[in-house]
Amino acid sequence: MEIIDFIKVIEDEFEDLTPGTLSPYSVFRDMDGWSSMHALIFVALIDTTYDVLLTGEELKSCITIKDLFDITVLKINGGGINA
Amino acid sequence: MAELTLKHAAVKAIYTVVPKTIYKSIDYPFFSEEEAKMFSKTTGIIERRVANADVTASDLCYQAANALLEELNCRNEIDLLVFVTQSPDYFLPASAAILQDKLGLPTTCMAFDVNLGCSGYVHGLLLANRYLQNGGLKKVLLLAGDKSTISTHEKDKTTFPLFGDAGAATLIEFDPNAQDWFLDAGTDGSGADAIIIPGGHSRNPYGTIDTSDFTSAPGVTRSLKHLHLDGMKVFNFALKNVPNSLRNVINKADLSIDEVDYCILHQANQLITDSIRKKVKSSPEKFPSSIQLFGNTSSASIPLTICSELKEQMASQKLKLLLSGFGVGFSWASLLLNTEGVQTKLLEYE
Repeated sequence: MEIIDFIKVIEDEFEDLTPGTLSPYSVFRDMDGWSSMHALIFVALIDTTYDVLLTGEELKSCITIKDLFDITVLKINGGGINA
Repeated sequence: MAELTLKHAAVKAIYTVVPKTIYKSIDYPFFSEEEAKMFSKTTGIIERRVANADVTASDLCYQAANALLEELNCRNEIDLLVFVTQSPDYFLPASAAILQDKLGLPTTCMAFDVNLGCSGYVHGLLLANRYLQNGGLKKVLLLAGDKSTISTHEKDKTTFPLFGDAGAATLIEFDPNAQDWFLDAGTDGSGADAIIIPGGHSRNPYGTIDTSDFTSAPGVTRSLKHLHLDGMKVFNFALKNVPNSLRNVINKADLSIDEVDYCILHQANQLITDSIRKKVKSSPEKFPSSIQLFGNTSSASIPLTICSELKEQMASQKLKLLLSGFGVGFSWASLLLNTEGVQTKLLEYE
């Protein structure tokens, strides 16, 4: 799993995002109109795409897209805050 | 994990009543236009029905039950009335007792309330089946309804725009030739504080607590009298447990998800429904949805979805329905229900 694919999955989900807008170091909470709804969409997207269910605490611990990617990979490999 | 095979009972009719008053998400005064659009896109809720101040959940269920009993002409044959609600008329007596009298049911009819929310309709079907399975009782009237809007604070964006009111009545009969039902159910009380009204009962009686409003986060103002909802915890609970529960039921029934005609989930929000559907690898047309027009109607959301989305199919087809209720508790229950010739009706409260 490559971070470029992870970013593409996110950009495909949010139709307002122009492809190429996000980088690994983008702060996802800086997205236009960020709200708790976006947080739920991220959790749903990662769960349905990678079968990895992030908790609220895990999401809070992430700042950048790379943080999200790293914790997703960690949980795919059996790790994570609550593992 | 409770897994059961249920025998000798058949659903005969489902009637649901919703209030006439419509609240549109776009009109919620504490949403910006952008927030309202995002809310509707994510939750699916375009509008919902809200009961007037003098109307209770039992009133909505009464009208549904009265119409059902009148049209099926079985008022004197009801052996048991079960009322699933978390918004009863009083602390006591049970609203089911009041409904027994108001509906003109015989005094030989047992009646009790069940304090469950979003998983309650499926638990109610389980109870009905358990009382009917040996043929000692012949007919059960299951009522499921809530007036959730009475407990949400207008300035709480996480609850107020989500909930609608509705009441449903379902007639279940003893039928020795009925096809088996299959159930999977569970509880995780560690999530009790994720959906809670903390004030007003024995733990925090009125008079001992401060019931003034407080703001816990931007856009979240409520008091201890009001419903608190931790959306992320609920979301995690649902995605963690419901897909597995659905798989357990279809495995128990020796079916594949493709052999199920419709999967009717509790209408919590559309994102949860879509995510669960994707996790069990099924198609959108098999997951009917009523949340767009009615919001989250708690214990009534499954019968409401059946009445609003599947009327023709329920009446004319033999169906394998996979139901799943999940929420407050946390509690969940999933049921594979075989149906044939079920009369349904969706009414507005008069």
